[in-house]
Formats: sequence, C-alpha cells, structure tokens
Amino acid sequence: MSSNDSTSKTLVVALALCIVCSVIVSAAVVILQPVQEVNKTLDRKRNILAAAGMLEPNSTAEDINQQFVDINTRVVDLSTGKFADDAVDLARYDPLKAAKDPDLSEALTAEQDLAKISRREQYAIVYLVENPQGDVEKLILPIRGFGLWSTLYGFIALESDGNTIAGLGFYEHGETPGLGGEIDNPRWKAFWPGKQVYRNGEVEIGLVKGAVDPAAVDAPWEVDGLAGATLTSKGVTNLVHFWLGKNGFEPFLNNLRAGKA
Amino acid sequence: MQVIKETLTGPIFKNNPIALQILGVCSALAVTSSLKVTLVMCVALTVVTAFSGMFISSIRSHIPSSIRIIVQMVIIASLVIVVDQFLKAYAFGISKQLSVFVGLIITNCIVMGRAEAFAMKNPPMASFVDGIGNGIGYSVVLISVAFVREVFGSGKLMGVEVLPLVTDGGWYVPNGLLLLPPSAFFLIGGFIWVLRSVRKDQVEANEFKLANHSAVREGT
Repeated sequence: MSSNDSTSKTLVVALALCIVCSVIVSAAVVILQPVQEVNKTLDRKRNILAAAGMLEPNSTAEDINQQFVDINTRVVDLSTGKFADDAVDLARYDPLKAAKDPDLSEALTAEQDLAKISRREQYAIVYLVENPQGDVEKLILPIRGFGLWSTLYGFIALESDGNTIAGLGFYEHGETPGLGGEIDNPRWKAFWPGKQVYRNGEVEIGLVKGAVDPAAVDAPWEVDGLAGATLTSKGVTNLVHFWLGKNGFEPFLNNLRAGKA
Repeated sequence: MQVIKETLTGPIFKNNPIALQILGVCSALAVTSSLKVTLVMCVALTVVTAFSGMFISSIRSHIPSSIRIIVQMVIIASLVIVVDQFLKAYAFGISKQLSVFVGLIITNCIVMGRAEAFAMKNPPMASFVDGIGNGIGYSVVLISVAFVREVFGSGKLMGVEVLPLVTDGGWYVPNGLLLLPPSAFFLIGGFIWVLRSVRKDQVEANEFKLANHSAVREGT
C-alpha cells in the first residue's frame, strides 16, 4: 500500500480521475443539451398557456407548439409603456436575470415595491394572443412577488380590453402545501376569469377574506381569499397591484388601448 | 451465488439503510410528498449507489488513502451530474419537482456510506449488487412513506384521485401535516417500530436500566 500513498501516485490518480470524470460530465451535458432546451421552452410555453386558461388537459408538445403559432412574443419597455422589440435579443434575454442587473433594471423604493421584488427589469416580455386577422385577443403578462415564504412566479392573462382578467396562474412558488399552496388549485384559479382590474383608473382587484358575495357591488373586483393563508393572499393582491399598476404594466395597457404602444 | 443474494436482499429489511443504519433520512423527508417523484428519486439513488460502488471498487487498489474520500466524492458527484442531466432531458417535469434533491444525492449518506464501508473492500460486481440492494432498501422505506403521505395528504396516488377532497367537492378532509416534511419523521419512526417488532434482533440494548420508583406511591 505504501506505493499508493507516494506523492507522485496521489497526484497521478487525482489528475487521471479528474480528467476522466470531467470528460464524462461534459459529454453528458453537451449531448443532452438540445433535448433539455426543447423541454425548457416547452415548459415555459405550457406555463404561459396555463395562465391564459388556454391549456387543454393532456396536450402534447405538438399541440402546444401549434397553439403558439398564434402567440406573438413582444418586448415592452416598462417605463415608457411602449413596445421595444429591438432593445433586447429575445432568444437570450431573461427578464428575471435582468432584474438583478443594475444596467437593465431599476431599484424600487419601499413605497413602490408592493410586490417585494426590490428591483424591476426595464424590459418585460409579454405574449399577445392574436386571431387570424392579427387583432389582439388576449394579453399574457408575467407577474411575480413575495407571498409568505417565497417569491411567486406566474402569468396573468387579460382580455383585449386590458381590464378583464382571462386567467391567472403561478408556475413556481414555495408556499405551504394545502394552505398557500392552494393558489395552484384549479377551483381557486377559476374565480379569476371575468374579474375586472381597474375601477376609475385605479387597480382595484384583490383577494378578500372568505367568499365573495356575487350580488355585492364590489364583486367584479374581488376574488375569494385562500382559507388559512392570509399572507399568501395578501402577497397575491400586492403583486397583482404592482404589476398592473403604475410601475408595472399600466402605462403599457393605457398605450395599447389608445393604439399608441 | 448465496453471497450475492445476501448482498442484494440483506439491505431490504435485515440491514435497511434508513431503518437500521439511519442514513439518508434527509431526502426521505423532502421528496416523499408524492409517489411519482419518490419513484424517480429511488431509481436515481439506486443507479448512483450501484455504479459509484462499482467504479470505486474497480479502482480501489489504486486509491491513495490520503485522498480516498475526495476520490469517492468525485466519482459520486460525476455520476449524480450525469443522472441529473438525464432527468432534465427525459423527465423534465419530475426533475423540476426534485430540484436540488438530485444534486444532493452527492451528499446522501447511503452513497458515501456504501462506498466507504463496502466498495473499498469488495470486488466491483459485489459492490454493484450491494449498491442495488441498498437502493432497494432505501426505496422500500421511501415508497411506503410516500404512499401514506400522498394518499392521506392530498387524496391522490400517482396523481390520480383516490379520496375526493372537500376542496374539490368530495368528502375527504386531507391531513395537512402529511404534506409537510416533518410528517415523514413519524412515518419512518412507525416503519422502524414495525420492523423492530418483527425482527427483535434489531432492537438496541438499553444503555441504562431504569430503576424502580423509590418514592411512596401517591393517591393509593
């Protein structure tokens, strides 16, 4: 065994092992990367469709890609509220990474930062569902914000009026299963479509304690809160208020309505 | 042949890595809230334990003892990355749910434990079989825990509804605790209890002997 423990043998074994292992690992990464990319893109598309309430159960990769033919991916400058398709390279741009980059994002003051995300990216990627005539039927906007334990990442879909909600969904969160985690429950998500966002120009939509009385005057702006998940419910209200408010997509939605985006 | 069979089946109940050696409990808490994810985790861990045992064993006579643990770690880590890449490519949804836990197989005590305790002293084939055996032992515990947690925690099995939940208009009020990691402690504890009731030889000898009450009994 003594020959094994000599310095030269130790170095040779360590070096040889590192070379062999790094070749194996890098080969696996390089060979499998194309398949993984396809999966990632598909997963993103699936989330977008699910948020928009357009995802058919058991739809295959092909169905999803087919549906995406009618979806136009655009870049929006959040501060001006106008399209800025040339500002970033869509294939490489990641809004979540940009939000951490001081050159591509701006810090939010405590007052602005309803969603507790501390920085907001300059350019957001939005998805426009268009009919064959090229008119926008639905808008799918990315939203995120802090709940109780974690940042919730999702999408909100609006009808072409920019006010009626068509759907909402989160694709990543770490809320308590069974309580805050119920934001994934299709029965809760079904409360959202048809609700209104703005009242007299202000974001009004929010979660309320208990069930919404359908006869109430405020009912179009209220969604049932989650039982046993007050902080998650507040987080959802706050993040919707932020992203559809002045520091979020409100300028863009106003421009779009006025035909000036 | 008999030895190989013993190596393979021994870890299932007789020398179970979780129930007797109390190794690898952390992932048993984290990935057992749904059966489907658990099955993938079990396969991943079994593959890694088996192949790392085989590779480490085949170069065991050349491993300098001073960097022995590092060599084992490098081999295990490489295998885990390869498994993780495969999951990302062919089981994307599940790999997203498993997230960091596949990566954490690297630090799973079962893999390291078997590499150090078995693969360093035994030939490659036996080490491979030992890895499979321990993987199965781990799987038996995880699958039973996941079964209970998924059925009674979310009323589903493999994602298919078995107990209709109140929130979905059914009658079953799910046990929220079962969806949280600590519940696995109770279930693994229960598993160990049952196992040791059947196999009394696994019960450890008492470290202390309790003395009888010395005070006068009250209220009699």
